Amino acid sequence: MRNDAKVIMINGPVVKGRGMANFKMREMVMVGRQKLIGEVIGLDGDVGTVQVYEETEGLMLYEEITSTGKPLSLKLGPGLLKNMFDGIERPLKRLQELSGDFIAEGIGLITIDEDKEWYVEMVVKKGDYVDEGYTIGVVPETSVIEHRIMMPPGKNGRVVHCVQDGRYKLNDVICVLETEDHEKIEVKLYQEWPVREPRPILERKALTIPLLTGQRVLDVFFPIAKGGTAAIPGGFGTGKTMTQHQLAKWSDADIIVYIGCGERGNEMTDVLNEFPKLKDPISGKSIMERTVLIANTSNMPVAAREASIYTGITIAEYYRDMGYHVAIMADSTSRWAEALRELSGRLEEMPAEEGFPAYLPSRLAGFYERAGLVETLCGQEASVTIIGAVSPAGGDFSEPVTENTKRYVNAFLALDKKLAYARHYPAINWLDSYSGYLKMLSDWYSNFVSENLMELRAEMIKVLHEEDKLIDIVQLVGEDVLPDDQRLILEIAKVIKVGFLQQNAFHKEDTYVPIQKQHLMLEIINYLYERGKEAIKLGIPISVVKNDELYSKVTRIKYTIKNDNLQDFGYLMQAIDAFYEPLIRKYK
Amino acid sequence: MRQEYLNIKRIEGPLIVLENVDNPSYGEIIEIRMEDHKIRMGKVIKIEEKLVIAQVFEGTQGLSTNNTAIKFTGKPFELNVSKEVLGRAFNGVGKPIDDGGEIYSKHRYNINGRPINPVARRYPRDYIQTGISTIDTLMTLIRGQKLPIFSGNGLPHNEIAAQIVRQAKLRDAENKKFAVVFAAIGIKNDDAAFFKTSFEDAGVMENVVMFLNLADDPIVERISTPRCALTAAEYLAFEQDYDILVVMTDITSYCEALREISSAREEVPSRKGYPGYLYSDLATLYERAGVIHHKEGSITFLPILTMPNDDISHPIPDLTGYITEGQIVLGRDLHRNNLYPPVSVLPSLSRLMKDGIGEGFTREDHPDVSNQLFATYSRVQDVRALAQIIGENDLSEMDQKIMDFGRAFEAKFVTQNMNEERTIDQSIEIAWELLRILPKSELDRIDDEILNKYY
Repeated sequence: MRNDAKVIMINGPVVKGRGMANFKMREMVMVGRQKLIGEVIGLDGDVGTVQVYEETEGLMLYEEITSTGKPLSLKLGPGLLKNMFDGIERPLKRLQELSGDFIAEGIGLITIDEDKEWYVEMVVKKGDYVDEGYTIGVVPETSVIEHRIMMPPGKNGRVVHCVQDGRYKLNDVICVLETEDHEKIEVKLYQEWPVREPRPILERKALTIPLLTGQRVLDVFFPIAKGGTAAIPGGFGTGKTMTQHQLAKWSDADIIVYIGCGERGNEMTDVLNEFPKLKDPISGKSIMERTVLIANTSNMPVAAREASIYTGITIAEYYRDMGYHVAIMADSTSRWAEALRELSGRLEEMPAEEGFPAYLPSRLAGFYERAGLVETLCGQEASVTIIGAVSPAGGDFSEPVTENTKRYVNAFLALDKKLAYARHYPAINWLDSYSGYLKMLSDWYSNFVSENLMELRAEMIKVLHEEDKLIDIVQLVGEDVLPDDQRLILEIAKVIKVGFLQQNAFHKEDTYVPIQKQHLMLEIINYLYERGKEAIKLGIPISVVKNDELYSKVTRIKYTIKNDNLQDFGYLMQAIDAFYEPLIRKYK
Repeated sequence: MRQEYLNIKRIEGPLIVLENVDNPSYGEIIEIRMEDHKIRMGKVIKIEEKLVIAQVFEGTQGLSTNNTAIKFTGKPFELNVSKEVLGRAFNGVGKPIDDGGEIYSKHRYNINGRPINPVARRYPRDYIQTGISTIDTLMTLIRGQKLPIFSGNGLPHNEIAAQIVRQAKLRDAENKKFAVVFAAIGIKNDDAAFFKTSFEDAGVMENVVMFLNLADDPIVERISTPRCALTAAEYLAFEQDYDILVVMTDITSYCEALREISSAREEVPSRKGYPGYLYSDLATLYERAGVIHHKEGSITFLPILTMPNDDISHPIPDLTGYITEGQIVLGRDLHRNNLYPPVSVLPSLSRLMKDGIGEGFTREDHPDVSNQLFATYSRVQDVRALAQIIGENDLSEMDQKIMDFGRAFEAKFVTQNMNEERTIDQSIEIAWELLRILPKSELDRIDDEILNKYY
């Protein structure tokens, strides 16, 4: 086929070409003499519109556009973990070797390392019949993750040839199968998959397991289910990235895919520095061993930002298909939406709200709907959980991205400027946030943690809601005029806020807290409250009931009681009794 | 030799439209020869088959559709940079405006730069002591950080920036090469003069590079001014091992210029008429700050912006805050009460300080003290609101102490003289003095051990 597509229009990352009648929508193309990577996003007769993933400065009129014949797709295979990629799966380390400290254009499409040898242990043998999604061989990709080389979706057949266990490279054929129509299928260490297409599954399942994060405000107050979706909106400086980092570090998912989408370069550097040093509380190995990083910093080309989200979710789905629980952190989905807006503007499309294109909601839905707890093609239970940060303009949650995201996520963790100003971290506002997973997860919590955890939670939330109402009065007339039982509520609310909800990400004991300790902490706070109520009922004044030393002791349990020394809670319980028993006896 | 074009098809504001150009390239520089043989520069910003749209840096006044000769250079906007730029002054397109003559250099540098590969970045951790208590203790500036000053018209942001330039000290600063790159974007002549004088007073003039685009200079040059400045900064930092402090004022003028050009191009506007790509565009400036592995130098970036109507949720401060690593916010109420520097502590923040302070960097008690000051001062605001309603006398005993703390904090900690330089040690000592106003049990952000040692 003769190819004479030529550039006829250039406007930033958007390029139009003539002679593109044979090109397909969403096909990957090379633009100009530098072979810039692009994707066809519109066709109008002979004229095609291309979004270019690299800087277009220097591109000339009538330069050639070449077709690659395939959609923008990823190579999925061993070598993804512990690596950092740009928005179109190019390893940044490799880019640095090729172009130095600054990213140049025209490097071309490079991807996971093709020269590295992996030790492959074959699972199938000659004569086996292998269905789509079933494992052919396994590779120890990192010290904690076994990479399963799977039969690509849509293919099945009988093994006619397979290699011995041994070291192979990405492009080596490790297995040849024959279909019923006598077609040959060669399986290499990798498979390709178009980023914009969800990978197939057998069926979706109801969500029943929580994604434990070691963060108290999440695990107990606003839990996220494995396979669920959550949004973390917040103005700048409220700690979105901090929260996302904490989740990436401590979530009990098998695999973490972290997408730095249009955010700061130094934040990605921070991740690169810090993650290798941190140990996963479950496996005891460095958390980098289970992490894939994708970075399109705010100054990198905007079209690749649009693609980065899809790259991330496709990688996540690939590991899910191996039977893993994957959590994906997208920081920030607003930058992705803005990339859509920018491209839409360059395409001169009719804008909807605030200049965002009319298809924003459907794109957001398409992204979040790729989450789920599923039965994979080979019948395993696995999940993709999506946690997206949202950066609302002016911190105003009524803007289009936040509003539309809210429609498609089930957990909404609203970050609050006022809390952040007071350095109350994580600055998740307990009044504005919600989690739709409470009901689905309550069985799990009562089976695996404690029967009364959800009751305790409800009790604590009630105290916080009461406090919110009381605060309005206090701000008008001062605390002294309130009756003692209401003042007790204020005091207990303070203990919950400082002692439980605030969590210090930089404190080695407090940065990750097991769910059992979280439960006991609530028990203690509740016990303090119960005994206080009892005392107040007998007419004991609040100034006596609220013993500074005792309250301060309870407030500091997060630091003073070690995560692996939970019997100390018993002593504290005794200390509370030791204070209230004689007091109550005296007044009786 | 490429041919010259004698006809302009259309002139719209700062833009010109040319027809039937042979092989134009996107982003290339054009030279427009005027009737008086003076040359103006332009840049191709859109190509549409037969039509080429270019923006003219020096403005389009005096241009007619047939009085010019236009040459396409085929090159992007490049700048000559060498060590000779130190001590010199340039206009917004990098032409010398002092009488020091042209700059010659082996390489020419594309002023747009290129994104730093995140894996090449070194995480910034060395603090810079500015000598200003609020900044050093509560929003510590780190070498390689981008930390803007969010100000308003009439607030003393220039004085604060000048004070930082005067007093900035790096840890182990001995025999380090230090230089300032100053970019003025659409600022008043007096403001530019103020900076010049203060650089002279500080005795750093021979280590200052200035790029000046004043309020009456062409609008389009405001787009190139910061890029020229950052290109010079990158050269000095990453090729000549200088620690560079880039002071840039006023980002608001820059954004307004961007909006003006955008509307001339009839682009779809987003918030308040600013173009949809304002975020990406600002990021291409701010993200040029940083430190790189195996390179000695650094770029620390101190942009100044005046918030229109003091509104922090206006798109300019808003998008800036999303890109930069924190912000120093100035408050009008503090200024009205005659406090200098009027740093509004609560909304201010330095994202990088967590890794650059504490044991081994500043002092072991620094993180906790800073946290406690923020928390307590935030309480001061609540108590003040209450006091306004019920009167200060009816406050509880503890609340009265909080009020005392608030007053002392503003008078002793925030306030300092324009040429008073406090070490971080001194600043933290003052902080302890203030914290002792409150009983130990109220200091819930400070670790017991540290509390026992310093209280």
